[in-house]
Amino acid sequence: MQYGARLIQHDLNFSIHRGDVFVIMGGSGCGKSTLLKHMIGLERPAAGEILINGENFFTATPERQLAMRRQWGITYQKGGLFSDLTLAENIAVPLQQYTQLSAAEMRDVIDYKLALVGLAGFEGFYPNEISGGMQKRAALARAIALDPELLFFDEPSAGLDPLSSQRLDELIVQIRESMGGTVVIVTHELASIFSIATNSVFLDAETKTQLDYGNPHALLAHSEHDVVRRFLARGSTSAAATTLSVTTPCVMDTTTRNPT
Amino acid sequence: MTTAAAPTPPTFTASTNAADSGIDASTTTLCLQGAWLSGESLPSMDELRTAADAARGKKLLLRADANLQWDSQAMTRLFLLARYCEEHGGALDTTALPEGMQKLLAVATAVKPQNNPPPHARSALEKLRDSLHGAKTAALELVEFVGAAGIAFTRLLTGRAHTRVRDIFYFIEQCGPQALGIVGLISVLVGMILAYLGSVQLRLFGAEVYVANLVAIGMVREMGALMTAVIMAGRTGAAYAAQLGAMQANEEVDAITTLGLSPMEYLVLPRLLALIVVMPLLCVFANVLGLAGGAIVAAGMEINFTQFIAQARDAVTAGDIFAGLFKSLVFGALIATAGCQAGLRSGRSSAAVGQATTQAVVNAIVYLVVADAALNILYDKLGI
Repeated sequence: MQYGARLIQHDLNFSIHRGDVFVIMGGSGCGKSTLLKHMIGLERPAAGEILINGENFFTATPERQLAMRRQWGITYQKGGLFSDLTLAENIAVPLQQYTQLSAAEMRDVIDYKLALVGLAGFEGFYPNEISGGMQKRAALARAIALDPELLFFDEPSAGLDPLSSQRLDELIVQIRESMGGTVVIVTHELASIFSIATNSVFLDAETKTQLDYGNPHALLAHSEHDVVRRFLARGSTSAAATTLSVTTPCVMDTTTRNPT
Repeated sequence: MTTAAAPTPPTFTASTNAADSGIDASTTTLCLQGAWLSGESLPSMDELRTAADAARGKKLLLRADANLQWDSQAMTRLFLLARYCEEHGGALDTTALPEGMQKLLAVATAVKPQNNPPPHARSALEKLRDSLHGAKTAALELVEFVGAAGIAFTRLLTGRAHTRVRDIFYFIEQCGPQALGIVGLISVLVGMILAYLGSVQLRLFGAEVYVANLVAIGMVREMGALMTAVIMAGRTGAAYAAQLGAMQANEEVDAITTLGLSPMEYLVLPRLLALIVVMPLLCVFANVLGLAGGAIVAAGMEINFTQFIAQARDAVTAGDIFAGLFKSLVFGALIATAGCQAGLRSGRSSAAVGQATTQAVVNAIVYLVVADAALNILYDKLGI
């Protein structure tokens, strides 16, 4: 993967199985979101290919591309809600595009999807009239409008408090368990990684390639790469060398830890 | 969710006191059967509600037949049924449903619907009140903006403003040299239009040579400044509003404020100064090309180039040139004010940025025409 002449990541090789909650993790700026953008067909890999159910999106016919996209639900880092449409209208967009539902049925589906994400009664609100966490959930409601087989999340918990982020994680797992399907998540939230991921890949910014691939619990215990273990243990394996200690009086009561 | 080769139609049966299942008489059982899938004709909500009404006063137990197939279309129906029961005081028991359905229903009904109307929903009277109030605040904000710009400018002159000189040159390049093409094209055409318009009338008196006077005075006093300003309002004023609006949406303006920099000095002043510097220069350029356009048309009427220039030079006084240049300077300030003010007032969504841009261009053109009229009256009184 590269932007112009700038190489982002190379030699990536992993597979995601049906029913997985697959996490793409790594430090900031290592290319996690870029990888996701390649997987959902927004960017074309400079070399190699990405197969979804054995099919390469970029060489598929336009009809097949549309059919493949129909099976995807995606939420973006900033939500990606249309700001000039109400929440109900936002969710109606994919329904109008791909289904023949009547207006009343569509309203029912919208009611249900919004209730699933805890936003019942917010149909008539515009995205800028609700909080950031609610926007994230509304984006999820739009992503699951068509019961997709493949759900992609770009940093679902970024900008959310730990409780909202946990609730969102639970929601993702619950929806996946009850509806089936596969989930791909880009995140660096350790709590999310350990609580929901069944499989993961670790991208490294320095070597610009995948360092490890597997279940995050197994990686924490057995990864042969120090970086991966430190990332997953939040720097605690070599704590003595890297932890900052604050000896001067604190003006603000903040715990300082190494950013991960 | 399961799939089968031949789906049976989705139906449900209601039964009270099913003897075989050992459920007591106070319970009505709704049993779902068949393929409750998208694309199938599911039982309507009315049917389900009627069944729920029939069971009023009893417990309503939802059960799924062993061969039930379901997706979120089925869940939508059940969710609406659950909400209906809740609103009408019926007791709904979902514990006999498959686990996945139970979980989804639990999640969907966990949060009670809220009843607040969205902030944008208002009655016509409230809208009228708000728009009057909006007009009043907009007028006050304009005065405040002009005042703040004045203070910022004084601070700049005394060397205390946080304005980056580099920014001023950057914006001068953006709105000056890069606008030469479009300003040149429009000016030549306006010059030609003036010449054609004048020649038809002047021919009646056999005074065609005065076409040069008309084009020269028309361009220098009026059209050069005004047409350049209209172009710049659409080109630069809109760009300013979009830039500042996007910065507002992106919280960059907040960052500038909390860093102790004034948005007025840091963002507005460079843009304002750039336009004030560039507009008179563009106006001179427009005047020259407008005259050239007029000369082209005049050449077709057998007034040669030397004649045209001599005639034009006699017609235009220093006062005319000053009048035009001063206008363009005022116009530059007005365009930048309209653009920057609309941008800084912008809301934080992409739709709001669009509105800000529209507002900037509309305001700029209104300001331009009003100022042009006022300046013409002033010039008349002063005898310029």
